[in-house]
Amino acid sequence: MASAAIYSLFIINKSGGLIYYKDYGSAGRTDTNDSLRLASLWHSMHAISQQLSPTHGCEGIDLLQAHNFDLHCFQSLTGTKFFAVCETGAQNIETLLKVIYELYTDFVLKNPFYEMEMPIRCELFDLNLAQVIQKDRVTLLGR
Amino acid sequence: MFSFGGGSSLTSVVPDATPAPAAPPGTGTGANAQVLYVFNRGGVCLLYREWHRPLRTLDPTQDQKLMFGLLFSLRSFTAKIDPTTAEKGNLGVPLLPGQGCSFYSFKTNTYKLNFLESPSGIKLILITHPRTGDQRDTLKHIYNLYVEYVVKNPLYAPGTPINRCELFNKHLDQYVKTLI
Repeated sequence: MASAAIYSLFIINKSGGLIYYKDYGSAGRTDTNDSLRLASLWHSMHAISQQLSPTHGCEGIDLLQAHNFDLHCFQSLTGTKFFAVCETGAQNIETLLKVIYELYTDFVLKNPFYEMEMPIRCELFDLNLAQVIQKDRVTLLGR
Repeated sequence: MFSFGGGSSLTSVVPDATPAPAAPPGTGTGANAQVLYVFNRGGVCLLYREWHRPLRTLDPTQDQKLMFGLLFSLRSFTAKIDPTTAEKGNLGVPLLPGQGCSFYSFKTNTYKLNFLESPSGIKLILITHPRTGDQRDTLKHIYNLYVEYVVKNPLYAPGTPINRCELFNKHLDQYVKTLI
């Protein structure tokens, strides 16, 4: 547990459906239905947080801080959301989410067999994502 | 004498409360407090105060209901997605105050929402600008003001909006001005 800065990664399409979920060592077991519900719930709350903004130009929650974890969220201009549950105080997760967005555009969107808005089942994306997470984990361990 | 619900836990939360407690250190750092909400455990909005709010998307009643709904859902979401706890129960089941992992703030590009829930279920929400630091001590101070000037006011009926507690409003404004 202490070796993982990231506990889990979710990717949500612009309609709020979960298209990718990867767990990196959460305690307990989150089944498929629960991860789908959590993703949809986050989509709704992200939208509501925009409605409740006291000033103009709100783009939704990008950091949720809880006692046991932080949740970082990145939303692309096309509405795809990437969010990661990580250790409290973990650094550079915003940068990591943007790197994952680049992997998504390279290995998912350029895949001619991938249908938009559907769950991601691209082997190269999985491989490269694992490498990025591993590299980031090593970097974080050296802090 | 009125018997306030959760009085004993209120007492234990603030055992050494004194009138007009001193402001916690480091609060004069220019935090831009804009809006404050206080809800009770039933979702009734006890207090809504704004000091700076250029945008009002919804009318006040809808805004307060939506805020409470967001906090309720976020509380369930946080307890369920907590990666350090194995047994989390079902998503959406109402949680007792203090049960499960809770959040204390979230940030967007335009504001930061700071959240405090007391053991008696009172929820305090302070909305500030996104670059403010940890506001948990600030919310505890505001909660102390609530205990001193609202809960201890025998003329205040629990569960109703706080609109006639003049001392509370005065001290709250004084305190928030030290934050702005």
